[in-house]
Amino acid sequence: MSLAKRIIPCLDCDNGRVVKGVKFLDIRDAGDPVEVSKRYCDAGADEITFLDITASHEDRNTTVETVRAIAGQVFIPLTVGGGIRTLEDIRTMLNAGADKVSINTAAVNNPEFVKEAAARFGSQCIVVAVDAKRVSQEGEKPRWEIFTHGGRNPTGIEVIAWVKRMVDYGAGEILLTSMDRDGTKVGFDLELNRAVSEAVSVPIIASGGVGNLEHLAEGVLQGKADAVLAASIFHFQEYSIQEAKEHMASQGIEVRL
Amino acid sequence: MNKIAVIDYGMGNLHSVAKALEYVGAELALATGDEVEVSVTPDPKIIAAADRVVFPGVGAIRDCMAEINRLNVGEMVATAMQTKPVLAICVGMQALMNRSEENGGVECLGFMDGEVRFFGDDLRDEEGERLKVPHMGWNEVTQTQDHPLWKDVPDKSRFYFVHSYYVQMNDVAKISGTTYYGTEVAATLADSNIFATQFHPEKSQTAGLTLLRNFLQWDGG
Repeated sequence: MSLAKRIIPCLDCDNGRVVKGVKFLDIRDAGDPVEVSKRYCDAGADEITFLDITASHEDRNTTVETVRAIAGQVFIPLTVGGGIRTLEDIRTMLNAGADKVSINTAAVNNPEFVKEAAARFGSQCIVVAVDAKRVSQEGEKPRWEIFTHGGRNPTGIEVIAWVKRMVDYGAGEILLTSMDRDGTKVGFDLELNRAVSEAVSVPIIASGGVGNLEHLAEGVLQGKADAVLAASIFHFQEYSIQEAKEHMASQGIEVRL
Repeated sequence: MNKIAVIDYGMGNLHSVAKALEYVGAELALATGDEVEVSVTPDPKIIAAADRVVFPGVGAIRDCMAEINRLNVGEMVATAMQTKPVLAICVGMQALMNRSEENGGVECLGFMDGEVRFFGDDLRDEEGERLKVPHMGWNEVTQTQDHPLWKDVPDKSRFYFVHSYYVQMNDVAKISGTTYYGTEVAATLADSNIFATQFHPEKSQTAGLTLLRNFLQWDGG
């Protein structure tokens, strides 16, 4: 027996409510983040990721209060992402009870920020979120680049070199989202996942595209992911965390049951 | 009043451990009527007056040891260990050893006879599959000693780990729990008044909270 592969439900939160993913036009309310987190924790989630998609700056206080409320009741690791731009933002979230923060755009704009953050707070709490899009054509050697702003803005940065650099700078974990797959429910970009996982020493969380339980298992078995993240399949009770774990276990994957 | 002091020497996030102790403390107070008070503090007087002491630690050992030495935390822990139950967590446990390989080699407190080693860049499981470092996530802990802190914790429960360096004990009799990650790892240690965990009980849901509840009721020894 050994280390379990993790299942991480992701809560996209807007103004203090859980909503269905950013990419959906018909944003559906999926409940109170504290209740949802507690339900997932009781159901056996291995960690919780809280992604703040609140647009306005004033509402950030709501986010801090929500994180504080979750952390007072949920005793599994809690990662907070969305709008983390300064060391002060990190400190605020850690003080509110987050165990890790996820840095995305701020890392692209200023890679040194990741180095400073890891030096100050330790690699164990620095997750670098990578939004990757395939830019190679069919039949070419696969190549992915980083995109920001929900996949709209290209940066020209090649993904494999980028994640290696982020790990050198002290990222303790990579949250890898395929922007091609996000919201499609056709499964992870397994080739992307495997390429990234094999390129770096730190754990990889696969994200983007989960539509069923088989996709979660594929992410681990073929995508070499150390953890799998999903939002909508859990929020709307299409599947429970328990079912997800049982399915993964049936595929020979070590999980915490 | 059951007074718990979490030693704050400025290294990282102690909120998780304080919140978890408060949570199990409130449950325990309902059952026993004895209130639990948790202080996160660098104050030697509060630490000396506490009934139980938690010695946490996250981040790099060099920075941790620098602050431990600057604030004389070693003496606080040593004094506490003689008189009351102490729970050391993660880097807190590593700091008890003789020495760590991290940051090019760092002298630690030397309260327990062991060394802190790097998992290595090419760590592999029994089938030869590469293992990621840090060791991050839920791993099984085999209880190798009976101990009051294991009460109601099923053997081989999974706990949440996150670390790249691990304790290798010379004094193996002090190991109270093990896990396996490419190599055998001391997951917990026990020595009279002190219990140490490499994992984070405050992040280990039911199993972790049970261990913390046991600590709040443990008399040491």
